[in-house]
Amino acid sequence: MELQSKVPGGPIQEKWDKHRFEMKLVNPANKRKYDVIVVGTGLAGGAAAASMGELGYQVECFTYHDSARRAHSIAAQGGINAAKNYQNDGDSIWRLFYDTVKGGDFRAREANVYRLAQISLEIIDQCVAQGVPFAREYGGLLANRSFGGAQVSRTFYARGQTGQQLLLGVYQSLARQVAQGSVNLHTQHEMLDLIVVDGVARGIVTRNLVTGEIESHLADAVVLGTGGYSNAFYLSTNAMKCNTTAIWRAYKRGAGFANPCFTQIHPTCIPQHGEYQSKLTLMSESLRNDGRIWVPKEAGDTRPPGDIPDSDRDYYLERMYPAFGNLVPRDLASRRAKDMCDEGRGVGHGGRGVYLDFADAIQRLGRDTVEERYGNLFDMYQRITDENPYEVPMRIYPAPHYTMGGLWVDYNLMSNLPGLHVIGEANFSDHGANRLGASALMQGLADGYFIVPYTIGDYLAGTSFEPLTTDHPEVRRVENEVRSRIDRLLNLDGTRTTESVHRELGRILWNGCGMARNATGLKEALSRIPELREEFWSNGKVVGSGDTYNQNLENAGRIADFLELGELMCVDALEREESCGGHFREEHQTPEGEALRDDENFTHVSVWEYEGVGREPREYREPLEFEHVPPSQRSYA
Amino acid sequence: MNLTLHVWRQASPTDKGRFIAYEARDVSPDMSFLEMMDVLNEGLIEKGEEPIAIDHDCREGICGTCGVVINGSPHGPWPGTATCQLHMREYSDGDEIWIEPWRAKAFPVIRDLVVDRTPLDRIVEAGGFISVRTGSAPDANAIAVSKEAADSAMDAAACIGCGACVAVCPNASAMLFTSAKVAHLNVLPQGQPERFTRVLRMIEQMDDEGFGNCTNHGACQEVCPKEISIDVIALLNRDYIKSVRTGTA
Amino acid sequence: MRRVAAFHRTTVGMKVLMAGSGAFLVLYLLLHLFGNLKVYQGLDAPGEKFNAYAEFLRDFGSPLFGHEQFLWIFRIVLLLAVLIHIWSAVVLTRKSWAARGSRYKKTPHEELEYASRTMRWGGLLIFLFVVYHIAHFTTGQAHPDFRPGDAYHNFVTGFQIWPVSAFYVVLMLVLGFHLYHGVWSGFQTLGLDNPRYRRYRRGFALALALVVALGNISFPVAVLTGFLSLN
Ligand SMILES: Cc1cc2nc3c(=O)[nH]c(=O)nc-3n(C[C@H](O)[C@H](O)[C@H](O)COP(=O)(O)OP(=O)(O)OC[C@H]3O[C@@H](n4cnc5c(N)ncnc54)[C@H](O)[C@@H]3O)c2cc1C
Ligand code: HEM
Ligand code: HEM
Ligand code: SF4
Ligand code: F3S
Ligand code: FES
Repeated sequence: MELQSKVPGGPIQEKWDKHRFEMKLVNPANKRKYDVIVVGTGLAGGAAAASMGELGYQVECFTYHDSARRAHSIAAQGGINAAKNYQNDGDSIWRLFYDTVKGGDFRAREANVYRLAQISLEIIDQCVAQGVPFAREYGGLLANRSFGGAQVSRTFYARGQTGQQLLLGVYQSLARQVAQGSVNLHTQHEMLDLIVVDGVARGIVTRNLVTGEIESHLADAVVLGTGGYSNAFYLSTNAMKCNTTAIWRAYKRGAGFANPCFTQIHPTCIPQHGEYQSKLTLMSESLRNDGRIWVPKEAGDTRPPGDIPDSDRDYYLERMYPAFGNLVPRDLASRRAKDMCDEGRGVGHGGRGVYLDFADAIQRLGRDTVEERYGNLFDMYQRITDENPYEVPMRIYPAPHYTMGGLWVDYNLMSNLPGLHVIGEANFSDHGANRLGASALMQGLADGYFIVPYTIGDYLAGTSFEPLTTDHPEVRRVENEVRSRIDRLLNLDGTRTTESVHRELGRILWNGCGMARNATGLKEALSRIPELREEFWSNGKVVGSGDTYNQNLENAGRIADFLELGELMCVDALEREESCGGHFREEHQTPEGEALRDDENFTHVSVWEYEGVGREPREYREPLEFEHVPPSQRSYA
Repeated sequence: MNLTLHVWRQASPTDKGRFIAYEARDVSPDMSFLEMMDVLNEGLIEKGEEPIAIDHDCREGICGTCGVVINGSPHGPWPGTATCQLHMREYSDGDEIWIEPWRAKAFPVIRDLVVDRTPLDRIVEAGGFISVRTGSAPDANAIAVSKEAADSAMDAAACIGCGACVAVCPNASAMLFTSAKVAHLNVLPQGQPERFTRVLRMIEQMDDEGFGNCTNHGACQEVCPKEISIDVIALLNRDYIKSVRTGTA
Repeated sequence: MRRVAAFHRTTVGMKVLMAGSGAFLVLYLLLHLFGNLKVYQGLDAPGEKFNAYAEFLRDFGSPLFGHEQFLWIFRIVLLLAVLIHIWSAVVLTRKSWAARGSRYKKTPHEELEYASRTMRWGGLLIFLFVVYHIAHFTTGQAHPDFRPGDAYHNFVTGFQIWPVSAFYVVLMLVLGFHLYHGVWSGFQTLGLDNPRYRRYRRGFALALALVVALGNISFPVAVLTGFLSLN
């Protein structure tokens, strides 16, 4: 495959404007002659579908949820960044650009990140006009908070429900287009494959989750906004249905998969409390602004936290990083917590947790202030753990949360397959090796509202399309492959539930390719995943039929894809002989245990091409240049 | 603990449906209600039986996908809590639990405990939005919004679209859901231009979907996982009367 | 008027009509009660004031209106209100029953307030009561010893039959419930929820229901206890 980033020339500040001028336009009269398929109704997919419908394209939009409003974006809590500098604290497009490139540990494409920072301004305007009830100051103007240890207050938020409110804004614009007939919304439809004709993406094959019907849908362009794949780890903060199927099918049809090993582990989640645990719940990062993180000094100290005197406590982040204390970036906070537990100083169920203590905050600010700031989070914590965080310290542990990796896209957000555009968490674009808080919502909306609706016009105007019907042999072939795969799954009549296979895959990935990775662990995982996949296809069990609402079948198909993706994650992690951001190779660290990059050999995007199940995929590389933000060793000590 | 679950099983929208009793063994009090169902379902699959269809996604009380009627009350006994956030410590050994789907003519059962809630989406499509073209917005701070307005809009906008209000209402009325959306948009300055057409269109759609008529029982606000108050219903009525009186819509 | 008619196009509008007509009926009830209180006046010459009032009703508005003319106009308006009220009640009730479909195996723990659950049956009873009541006191068919023009006589002899009085008492309680929920509900339906007065709405409805129910109950009781008698 050839990887052309298609980054326009000229000074970085002018690239996007210049590009927008140079892009071909589709004659308004012709727009409705173009069909565009959008998969996903999250911030990225929903915004794209609504905006393109508004522009006059005939949009077919798909989601496996029963309503467009259920996309996982709904769960985002903390907020969304924008370089508005409303707080007059020295923020600027350039600073947001700089922070994001640095935060991503210099593994993102500068031009994309700069564009993201530029567009961040328009996003807030758009959302406010839609009626998103962002927090306000008494003067009636927008409020901001500082997030994830950023030195400026650039985060806009709506209580603890920012993602929900942004998604409802998207959902409502989408609803308006649906009512006008410019968007055709297919809920309860899961994309199971991508149709590629003569090397060009021309449609998708879906399964109607209610009737089981298999349908082919054809179009002139396909847009995937299908979210992240953290659920490969089984336990993550993602919603239960989040999966990799859409992008994995595209990968198997020739789309390049970029940096699959770049996953983010979020430090403040509620620890696991049993085997039956189905998912992990995020506790907003903002808690670290006032909570103090500690573990007992002595391993195996089983006293209840209240009985452990200060002298026997180790506030390890404050000890190791006096300058940043409890506010170090996510990857550091997560790894240090893991170290403590590995030393046997962890607390709670299975010794997998550390304390997040608000006693001092309550003393300093008073219970009311703490309640006002974190009340809803404390309630959620109590509902789940039955412990009262006002009296006993919270227990937290890191959990898989976000995937920076995804399908490779160029500056136009188009993959190496012509016609296939990928937006939101599903692509690899803007966050490099580590995502800063409150920047994923920003990217999803930038891609969906302001980038893909323009760039897709350029693609459509510049391409001539052969008429295509569903009885084209290639369409038939893909459709039949989907059918036979479903039959294969339905015929699984072994002894093992697919769920238990997923749990085991999760454990393998978490141990081998989780917070800290090393060659032996990765090789171990690489030997076990194929065995497990084999076990799944030989001894797995799926019940029910294909022509009904069958959740067992749905999950089995998603797990089957995770079983292949997991292997690719390990291959990529093994290949990347350096540590950067969320990808920490124990062989490559500074004496202080910080991530040690190897800019000489790894300042590039690793893009993988599918070669067949179990066959070593082929790696391609997109070199990265940093003209404006010279790479430097991240240091928080 | 061990529990007896009486679960509504219904193979398809046309099937009559019936309760089937299941024994849930060694349920841990730390489990969430849905985790208990997971374990039960995995057991059924191992036995080659079809698992109980029950929908859920975020398991954090925000996506609105989950929702079953537990011993007669939607989302179960905990106030301000969605089904996915209910935990088993609520129950004790030997308890019997009756688990049913949302019941309302407008919400046909798809399978077992899963119902079709698309009527709620169509109500929003009828007018639950502010018409703003992408890219046409003025600077965000060009419109000042009083903190009071922003806060009360947020209170109403917290609705997760779960449909519990319909499920519990003796009239199967979607008033709380519809009013919450109207209250979110109609108190904001951005929402003013379409204020009266919005309320009229949404009510007409609500009627067409076959929901019942609100007789102000207030049960909906008791079960609403976001504790949305029926004050929003009065607001909808007020704006509706205005729209008819002034002939604005 | 065209605008008012437009209300019947949606269920919410129908409900507004119901509340409006309901409000009018409440008003009537208060007037009616106030008028009936005349039986307690001038106990030295029992009934004079009351009969005078009954007469006054009939000649109200004279000379502009002739005998009973105004009364008839009033009766028509009243009848209209009752018809609108019942019509909307019936339409909406049927729609709601259709919408609810099947019920739950277990009854919700959110126990609905008794008053709100009995609106429909209560209303129906009230309607039947009114029919009987008119035949009892106005046209006399339901009255064993009816003397046209002597309202006080009809009133006392009517209530001296204890089962009749008992029936009245029971129905006034039913009416009380209907009003307790109805009046509060009316505030909601008409969108009258100014935050400043919001919290008084329940109390107001309760007070109004009590006044009407107890006030009306006092009549049969007063007769049976002999506090009121023909001479
Ligand atoms: C708990 C939590 C908190 C977070 N908090 C923040 C925060 O505070 N700030 C921030 O910036 N980011 C946050 N994030 C990250 C952010 O929410 C996500 O990265 C972002 O919302 C992803 O949006 P998306 O549109 O790309 O994908 P999603 O919102 O996940 O949408 C995916 C869509 O694709 C559809 N889909 C997927 N596969 C298929 C298929 N095969 N067929 C049909 N449809 C399909 C789904 O139905 C869904 O509609 C958080 C994430 C989590 C998990
Ligand atoms: C003197 C007689 C009556 C008075 C004063 C009266 C008053 C009211 C009022 C004020 C309401 C509230 C409307 C609202 O909820 O917004 C109401 C509701 C209602 N009334 Fe009556 N009503 C009377 C007679 C009747 C009759 C005869 C019926 C017969 C069917 C009836 C049936 C209902 C019903 C079904 C409701 C709706 C319940 C509800 O809205 O909660 N009422 N009434
Ligand atoms: C115990 C309580 C009541 C008493 C003692 C009472 C008494 C009377 C009397 C004496 C009349 C005849 C007046 C006349 O013809 O000159 C009358 C008429 C009437 N009453 Fe009552 N009433 C009572 C309660 C009610 C209630 C609760 C209602 C309505 C729900 C009601 C509705 C009417 C109506 C509609 C008429 C006919 C008015 C007309 O057109 O002449 N009454 N009442
Ligand atoms: S109003 Fe409450 S109960 Fe009704 S849908 Fe919204 S969140 Fe659910
Ligand atoms: S319960 Fe039903 S009657 Fe109205 S107040 Fe709530 S919708
Ligand atoms: S599963 Fe999302 S609200 Fe319960």
